[in-house]
Amino acid sequence: MMKINLNDKILMLIVTVVVLLAPFILQPFAEGTALAQFNAGYPDLLQRIVIFGIFAIGFNILFGLTGYLSFGHAAFLGVGSYSAVWMFKLLSMNVIPGILLAIVTSGLFALLIGWISLRRSGIYFSILTLAFAQMSYNLAYSVLTQFTNGETGLQIRLSDPRVLDGAATNGTLPSTNILPPSLVNGFEMRDTYQLHLGNWLFQFNTGYYVTAVILILAFYLSLRIFRSPFGLMLRAVKTNQTRLNYTGINTRPYTLAAFVISGMYAGLAGGLLAAMDPLAGAERMQWTVGGEVVLMTILGGAGTLIGPVLGAGFIKYFENIFSKINDTVLHHWFSFLPDGLQNFAVDLIHPFVGKGWQLTLGLIFMAVVIFLPGGLVEGSQKLAGLFRRRTKKTGGGPDEQHHPKTTPHVAE
Amino acid sequence: MSMLEIKNVSKHFGGLKALDNVNLSIRAGTVHAIIGPNGAGKSTLLNCLVGKLIPDTGSVMFDGNSLLGIKPHEINQLGVSRVFQTPEIFADLTVLENVMIPCFARRDGAFRLHAFETTEREGGIIEKAEQILIDVTMQDKRHMHAGSLSRGDKRRLEMAMCLVQDPKLLLLDEPTAGMARADTNNTIALLKDIKAKRDITMAIIEHDMHVVFSLAERITVMAQGTPIVEDAPENIKGHPKVQEAYLGTQAA
Repeated sequence: MMKINLNDKILMLIVTVVVLLAPFILQPFAEGTALAQFNAGYPDLLQRIVIFGIFAIGFNILFGLTGYLSFGHAAFLGVGSYSAVWMFKLLSMNVIPGILLAIVTSGLFALLIGWISLRRSGIYFSILTLAFAQMSYNLAYSVLTQFTNGETGLQIRLSDPRVLDGAATNGTLPSTNILPPSLVNGFEMRDTYQLHLGNWLFQFNTGYYVTAVILILAFYLSLRIFRSPFGLMLRAVKTNQTRLNYTGINTRPYTLAAFVISGMYAGLAGGLLAAMDPLAGAERMQWTVGGEVVLMTILGGAGTLIGPVLGAGFIKYFENIFSKINDTVLHHWFSFLPDGLQNFAVDLIHPFVGKGWQLTLGLIFMAVVIFLPGGLVEGSQKLAGLFRRRTKKTGGGPDEQHHPKTTPHVAE
Repeated sequence: MSMLEIKNVSKHFGGLKALDNVNLSIRAGTVHAIIGPNGAGKSTLLNCLVGKLIPDTGSVMFDGNSLLGIKPHEINQLGVSRVFQTPEIFADLTVLENVMIPCFARRDGAFRLHAFETTEREGGIIEKAEQILIDVTMQDKRHMHAGSLSRGDKRRLEMAMCLVQDPKLLLLDEPTAGMARADTNNTIALLKDIKAKRDITMAIIEHDMHVVFSLAERITVMAQGTPIVEDAPENIKGHPKVQEAYLGTQAA
């Protein structure tokens, strides 16, 4: 049934194992130690990493394969979130209908925006998508408040109809679930099982595992698209549209299909954000969110399969972990130094952590774009290459002439 | 029977008359060369045939269909393929992938979302692509990146990409420009071989007279946007009008 080659199977296996064991892998430090600060294995962060991973995987199908750089994917994320919350309000707190509606509405929205924006390419395409996203953002704040609830954001209320399970609530706001609590207990998205092993605390959250399984499916789907004839056409669009035209191919349907697929991935991610926390605000549609997914994809490695997930993990980790290192923590770290030196060290590092985490991220991003245009994936390949050369001196690797570097994605 | 019928085609760029009332007919199954000094309008004419430029006046009929007012990909679907002066290939893809794309294109004709298929299951595509690479003797380079090929190989690859579609009319824009003599001779041999094996019509724009006289069965000489002579190769060499066009009135 599935005809994928061995390397892809290994990649798939690694992704599956890492994602399923992430609550262990990202929790390497014991509780109460100074390094526990760097643990990322808590449900909220894990879910965000996975959800933005899905967002970036989808974005990469458009940007990585066709080279069309969209700044407007935040709009689809937002549409997905609103759709899902509406489903929670009207139908049921079960996340499945919400997520399905999120995918459908964002797909339709992407069809409309893509149909218009794809009339242009290059920078003009980027500007058009950016304009659409900002339009959506502002509409959500102003004209469409009956759908979006404006600045407050769309929330669930006790008075919502919830046709399927409205009666089940007993005076408290219900929470999202994957299986209705009337049938089975313990399948609410927020349910967490805590495991204490010595000084270590591991948390297994239902919501995380729901999103993790969806990430694995989304990754598999993207792998199939990359290896399909359709994926080949998309890569051809990136390298030479003129030749495609003179080969009898109209490129528009291909780019539009890629745009809609990536929009649906974004909608899925938006739906999952709402499933994690049933709240949707217009800020999810702002261009900074659309820019973030661009950063994730480029940082990880555009056009590679695993890169976008790595990039998403990297940025979300930074956002949540580095931003928590404040001056008190710094003083604690440098407490072994004499007072004057301690203050100096803290002042020196201060701009790069805590509220200044974006400065560090920006510097890392610049370094990656300048030295590793292929992103973190290229970095790890270079490391692996160095390691291999050291172990096996007469390597005789592929010569430059016949295996030239792939063109950098960033410079385009 | 004429495969391509160009009637009264003119094209102006501002005040410049690039094409001035061109009438040209290319018979089915012939190799027709179009020669002329720089600026004679040869490439402009070719661009008008493939939909890159739209002539101001005139008509272009190919095999019973008008080529004016339709898009490049639709012209290709009618059976016109073009080899460019600077090779237009998919530089980031491998040689084999380059040839597979026209295979898909010809099969589909239109868009198909084969996103969850594997290339292997699209029966016969890889075999067809490998066969055409054998025909142009590039089979040993099939896993190389097309961008890293030599100029001569890029052009052979581009020809393979055109040929795999079985075009009725193959347009070649200076197929040997910038090639070494050995490469040029290889290309001549390749084109002769193609002509012998397939039912194909070719229009060649070329500066290298060695190539022109090795291949062409019919030659049109253009100067200042208009054809001045059309004849068989043996009559072209000593034609006074041709010498005038190339060397100026004094020399003639």
